[in-house]
Amino acid sequence: METFTGVTCPFCGCLCDDIEVTVEKGNIVKVKNGCAYSLTKYLNCNRDRITTPLIRENDKQVVVELPAAIERAAKILSDAEYPVLYGWSSTSAEAIGLGIELAEEVGGAIDNTTSVCHGPTTEALQELGLPGCTLGQVKNRADLIIYWGSNPLQSHLRHMSRYTIGAEGRWRKSRDDRTLVVVDVRRTYTARVADYFIQVEPNRDYELITALRMALRHEEIEQERVAGVPVEDIEELADLMMSCEFGALFYGLGLTMSSGKNRNIDAAISLVRDLNRWTKFVMIPMRGHFNVNGANIVFLWHTGYPFAIDFSHGYPIYAPGATSAVDILSRGESDAALIISSDPAANFPRRAVENLFKNPLIVIDPHRTVTSMRADVVIPSAFVGIECEGTAYRMDGVPIKMRGIAEPPKGVLPDEEILKGILTEIRRLKRGG
Amino acid sequence: MELLITNAIVYDPANGIDGEKIDIAVKDGRIVETSELKDAKVLDASGLVAMPGGVDIHAHIAGPKVNKGRLLRPEDHLRMINRRREGLRPIVGYTIPTTFTTGYWYASMGYTTVMEPATPPLETRHTHEELNDTPIIDKACFPVVDSNWFVLEYLKEGDIQGCSAYLAWLLRSVKGYALKLVSPGSEEAWGWGEGLKGIDDPVPYFDITPREIIRGLHAVNKLLKLPSPIHIHCNDLGSPGNYRVTLDTMRCVEDLSERDRPSLHIVHIQFNAYAGSGWGDLSSGASELAKYMNSHSHVTADLGQVLFEDTTTMTADGPWQYVLHRLSGNKWVNHDVEAETGGGIVPYEYRRRNYVNAIQWSIGLEFALMVKDPWKLCLTTDHPNGGPFIEYPRIMTWLLSSKAREAALARINRRARRKSSLGSIDREYSLYELAIVTRAAPARILGLEGKGHLGIGADADVSLYKLNPYIMDLSKDYKRVREALRRAAYTIKGGEIVAIDGEALNTTYGKTYWVDVEVPEREEERVKRDLNEKFERYYSVKLENYPIEERDLRFPSPLHIRGEGI
Amino acid sequence: MKAILVTGRTLGQGLGLEMGKFSDIYYRNVATCEMNRVDMERLGVKEGELIRVSSGLGSAVLRVVKSFEEVPSGIIFVPYGPWINRIMRPETHGTGMPSFKGIEVEVEVEASRLSEIPKIDELLSRG
Repeated sequence: METFTGVTCPFCGCLCDDIEVTVEKGNIVKVKNGCAYSLTKYLNCNRDRITTPLIRENDKQVVVELPAAIERAAKILSDAEYPVLYGWSSTSAEAIGLGIELAEEVGGAIDNTTSVCHGPTTEALQELGLPGCTLGQVKNRADLIIYWGSNPLQSHLRHMSRYTIGAEGRWRKSRDDRTLVVVDVRRTYTARVADYFIQVEPNRDYELITALRMALRHEEIEQERVAGVPVEDIEELADLMMSCEFGALFYGLGLTMSSGKNRNIDAAISLVRDLNRWTKFVMIPMRGHFNVNGANIVFLWHTGYPFAIDFSHGYPIYAPGATSAVDILSRGESDAALIISSDPAANFPRRAVENLFKNPLIVIDPHRTVTSMRADVVIPSAFVGIECEGTAYRMDGVPIKMRGIAEPPKGVLPDEEILKGILTEIRRLKRGG
Repeated sequence: MELLITNAIVYDPANGIDGEKIDIAVKDGRIVETSELKDAKVLDASGLVAMPGGVDIHAHIAGPKVNKGRLLRPEDHLRMINRRREGLRPIVGYTIPTTFTTGYWYASMGYTTVMEPATPPLETRHTHEELNDTPIIDKACFPVVDSNWFVLEYLKEGDIQGCSAYLAWLLRSVKGYALKLVSPGSEEAWGWGEGLKGIDDPVPYFDITPREIIRGLHAVNKLLKLPSPIHIHCNDLGSPGNYRVTLDTMRCVEDLSERDRPSLHIVHIQFNAYAGSGWGDLSSGASELAKYMNSHSHVTADLGQVLFEDTTTMTADGPWQYVLHRLSGNKWVNHDVEAETGGGIVPYEYRRRNYVNAIQWSIGLEFALMVKDPWKLCLTTDHPNGGPFIEYPRIMTWLLSSKAREAALARINRRARRKSSLGSIDREYSLYELAIVTRAAPARILGLEGKGHLGIGADADVSLYKLNPYIMDLSKDYKRVREALRRAAYTIKGGEIVAIDGEALNTTYGKTYWVDVEVPEREEERVKRDLNEKFERYYSVKLENYPIEERDLRFPSPLHIRGEGI
Repeated sequence: MKAILVTGRTLGQGLGLEMGKFSDIYYRNVATCEMNRVDMERLGVKEGELIRVSSGLGSAVLRVVKSFEEVPSGIIFVPYGPWINRIMRPETHGTGMPSFKGIEVEVEVEASRLSEIPKIDELLSRG
């Protein structure tokens, strides 16, 4: 029996790195410090596992050896005119780099799950920039915390205790040293522990932010309520923001997915930019998957763009709305797909899923998923951060090495090895043909 | 693998070779005696100039801030695009190219060693991942340490020993090569949205001044016997009148310096050489700084030349980037790193017809021509701050040719032209001097013994250019010279030909240097105790997850040093 | 009844993910719809009963649960997942992202009280 300390949790973008995991004979038997998600992930990582490669033959998935699965995957990708390679947010930076090389090699499109979470954040950032910082800055300095369209008590369970209102920092020792504001359409669990809760009407965040910017400049708002919020409350919030020493705005999909999308983020960035004239103010997007930020970061140094990249011309073309996975699939443009550590069949709109299933489909995943059920090739993989190592990037950009502490099922390889195998085979096919 | 380069006209200033026709013998990646070769491939370099591979002492090529620059500027990536060719990745970007493009482009110009001069320690794993993916060149990175809480606290206590042991631990932990100071103390102040003025303004809450930080780190650097001096981006960068702060900075370690031994490297000095009281009367402080450097031996500098380009500015100097954002109205990324440093990114276009920009352009060249000893100077643009590195050959021809300068001068803002002293300087660099500021001097300042020269035992990094100083008039023919310097006829890295006619051939990878300083056990134990006590209070990650292992670097090349006197 | 549909992350949905997409806990937590008490009364539906949520693209049958997080009247909340995603529009308005929040839908009591919410594999095989 061995206990590992300082283990980094591969669940969400918080990348808590203080988990203690006890392993016995290659299996995880005990987990300390983790949140409910973390515990469930570690203790159930062998549930519903795929342990052998599968290939579809006559409408049935049959067990094959790994080389046969890799060969079939390589054949599908090299025969395709325009394959789409999607996922990449729950694997290692190293695997993501190989994925991009693979997409270049086959002239396909590659996209990560950013396009369905914080894509609008990056689109707004490209217009305006973003004043941000690492989470430790917030822990040490912030006296005003805002969660906007984000519900960390359901989504990022230790965010508040590690980095914001529950954290002990150099200049902020206790809960009393910080003010918490929550803006949401519902009185969420997070809202209940807030000092101020602002209930905004759905799809009207943009108006509320604009009103806040007006209030900062002491402009008269000639209405009693904006987006369902009384003007006095807006003015009070503006005053709170201007008079703090260090403010931090955390925002989630409530802002990126609502009507306006990237325009909402434009407005939020403008607000935080304005606030920097009076005080120190930063913003950090609440990223979901543990390495979705890593996917953006690795895509960037390889291609210059964070997601939604098309290599059909031999160089990267970035046009979200055209080269993003949902759009390519909804229009039925792709003729094959490789899905890695993601389950678009469960999360994409129906029309996109129908087109995904119409064409040859390769899935690399530790788990059985809705997508893998209909795949032509299924290759089981090891969990990054549990069964194999690799780098991940926290929501604020801090890179952390994930460790391998348990044994993967026999014969199951890390994503990195599987992708290397496919890439080598594709290059062999090209030279041979 | 053996290679004999014959008939080249060689410029190897470190060995006093000034345009002589000599053969260069290469075996197993090093320069050897010709007699050691048995079965060498012969490369006939008739009519070509040979120099050691170029060494860039200061270019932001990898890491969190460069990558955020890429994110911020999709428009930049459309300026240079090349489809992928066999063995190569696609070429993308201009001022913030992809890591692959960076490696290919340096090789295409005959550069083989490049330093990433500012990495936030906490995020240096990211920097190394990008350096791992930067092909061909050898490289290293410098952690930013001037606003680091451990450093501030040790120095406040006057504990140079503790600070030294801590920084030895830090360099080993993040696999860094030299100590970098960025506007000392000001990133900590920027954590509260504030800045510092000059070098005697105390850092909020820490009650320590930039002067004390500079002197302390200067002492640490000496104690640790690091191969390179401290690299300092001076306070008040970008502000009119700031040349006085630069002088204060140089002077503040005068008494600590040994004679004839550089111990302070001022980075991108052009940005800190401004006289005048505001933007309207901005003028050059180059002559004052050059005068000081000409009469003192403890200071070296790199240029930070400005080019008339739409570029991307990025620095750990958070307050300055905010000022630039407000001045220009351009988009702005800010990224503060807990307990350590910060950073900002703002796109910026230097325009010929803009008075301030034209003065900035002139200041860089004036300084380069006024510093008498080229061994004190390195050519840089502070890539991409003054302009992209791929445009270095333009600066080279401005140094080599007064005609090239005149042509450029004729096109700048009239008032700036009247004010500039550039027209009255007739000095022209020789190829020998050019080889010093682009190779020999940076290698010497970095303490990279195998680089910047072609003596026996040196790394076999050689660049060959289609230049013949005996036939060409370098001053008149500056356009041809520029083209020749832009596209090296051959670039040889570690004895292998890696680029021909300005085109990289393949995706191979170079080394990453880092320094491993041994300190006495008792000091190491003390630092460990301090780290255990404070690290988790200061940071949002565990101490055990902070260090980067050597195996995380693609080809690590540690420099083992015994820190003496600790 | 007309309503605004908001989808989102819930603890149960997230835990369900880790227990497997075919697990009971995922099914129980994701094929649900949180409603305001006033709306439930207006619609005449009790907790645990089935409703049908329809958009222009189709409809989904979900089980009504009491809202812990106080969904205001006029808004319904459904966890992310394959049940609700089948009625989402694929248009991304040039962003790459479909609208998963703030969508106008029609909510009615499921006519056949006997009908069951399809399990995940049934859901897919129905096409």
